[in-house]
Amino acid sequence: MRLFVPLFMTFICGMIIILQFFVPHRPFSTLGERLTDWYMIVASAAIFLGAVNLLQVHSARIRFRQKNWQYSPVVIGGFLVMMAAGFGWGVADGRPFDWMFQTMVVPMGATMFSLLAFFVASAAFRAFRSSNWRATLLLVSAFIVMLGRVPIGDVIWRLIPGAAASSHPNLVNEIAEWIMQVPNMAGQRAVMIGASLGVVATSLRMIFGIERSYLGGSD
Amino acid sequence: MGRLLERLDKVDRRVIYILMAASVIVPLALKLDFPIPIGSGPSMDLYMAIDTLPPGSTVIISFDYDPSTKAELQPMAVALTRHLFGHGVRVIGMAMWPQGASLGQQAMAQAADSLGAEQYEDWVNLGYTVGAGVSLLRMGSSIEAVYPQDRDGVPYDSIPLMRDVRRLGDVDLAISLSAGDPGIHSWVMMAKDTYGVPVGGGCTAVSAPEFYTYLGTGQLVGLLGGLRGAADYETILRERIPGAPGGLATPGMAAQSISHLVIMGFIVIGNVAFIAGRSKRKGGAK
Repeated sequence: MRLFVPLFMTFICGMIIILQFFVPHRPFSTLGERLTDWYMIVASAAIFLGAVNLLQVHSARIRFRQKNWQYSPVVIGGFLVMMAAGFGWGVADGRPFDWMFQTMVVPMGATMFSLLAFFVASAAFRAFRSSNWRATLLLVSAFIVMLGRVPIGDVIWRLIPGAAASSHPNLVNEIAEWIMQVPNMAGQRAVMIGASLGVVATSLRMIFGIERSYLGGSD
Repeated sequence: MGRLLERLDKVDRRVIYILMAASVIVPLALKLDFPIPIGSGPSMDLYMAIDTLPPGSTVIISFDYDPSTKAELQPMAVALTRHLFGHGVRVIGMAMWPQGASLGQQAMAQAADSLGAEQYEDWVNLGYTVGAGVSLLRMGSSIEAVYPQDRDGVPYDSIPLMRDVRRLGDVDLAISLSAGDPGIHSWVMMAKDTYGVPVGGGCTAVSAPEFYTYLGTGQLVGLLGGLRGAADYETILRERIPGAPGGLATPGMAAQSISHLVIMGFIVIGNVAFIAGRSKRKGGAK
């Protein structure tokens, strides 16, 4: 019974959602709408579960003095202060929540992502090697796209005598766009179609109870 | 020469970091400016899709990003909302990323203030919704079911702008500014493919290649890719709309140009050292 009930529910819900795409009429349309409403309620509840989990994990880290536990009070403090500001004064412009978001969360988030530029430069220097013809092809394509996606690529191209007056004054940009629209698109389509077929296969396996790993445990 | 190449191959990463920082800071400090060529491309396609909308149309902008990608996507949000308000198009903001709602509010309020657009009449921010694609599926039959009130708690029925916008199909264009998932994929699958709403997009430079497939099939009407896409849009606005202010992305293109050159320079140095080392090893083996 422990196995049958969740498998049966998965089958019914999965079939209703699929059928509402093919039969957009009652009862499937209304059942589908009801299920999507439930989904959003469950997803909202998951946010609270996430918050509880965050507090549990970091409290345990502080209690047992685990590695880097010193950061956990900051996490918990930040979480509680933001939550109190949001519930206490709302999230409208100029309120404490908005002020903390604009002056702390935004710059810190942007800083974290900006660090990627340094890591990418360092990694490219050490790892982007022309070790065989395939790597060389990738390297050349990367160079053209890197130059074509910024205006300096065509500035350099137009330094060549006659290039500025030619029929292709923005040749580097044009080649970069061609790489994006032809070889890149072909490769991306193959990846997308393959991934989509995988999603369809996995979804069907779950709906028909063949794939059960989402239930947890070994059975 | 061999020793120099060997030393270059083992250059300290802090040297790379300092040069990278300089390549970004110096062009910004010197206000370097490179001309941005505008031709036919995904940025122009998105501009045309908006510019051909009749005044009074309704567009949804989904702010599906967070502060980590603000540098690339916020300039797009500002440029797009300026264009939409200037063209007399009503804007509905929403977000499938929790922090996107606040960033969207910032962009829309900024553009609305400068162009005299009225909140609730010309624009509204519905806020964040959980559920990603499932929420969009539900919005296809009722937006109010997903958003019974806006971000500030104003009930749906009290918002004049939303009176004749009951479902996703009532919208003339949807634009997702996306830093990942949920984002453009969800909008194409649900809004375009299921309900036939034209969808445009803006995304980070690293994720732009995967969305070119949707441009090829017509599932996206246009795409702004990374800071370059935002700079393209700002340039088009400046060229076509007299008095349009400069944006946030165009000054950044000089910094991005120089930093790309620095990265390429490091790759070249690394490869020269690598090839020289390989030749030496081969010579030694003989």
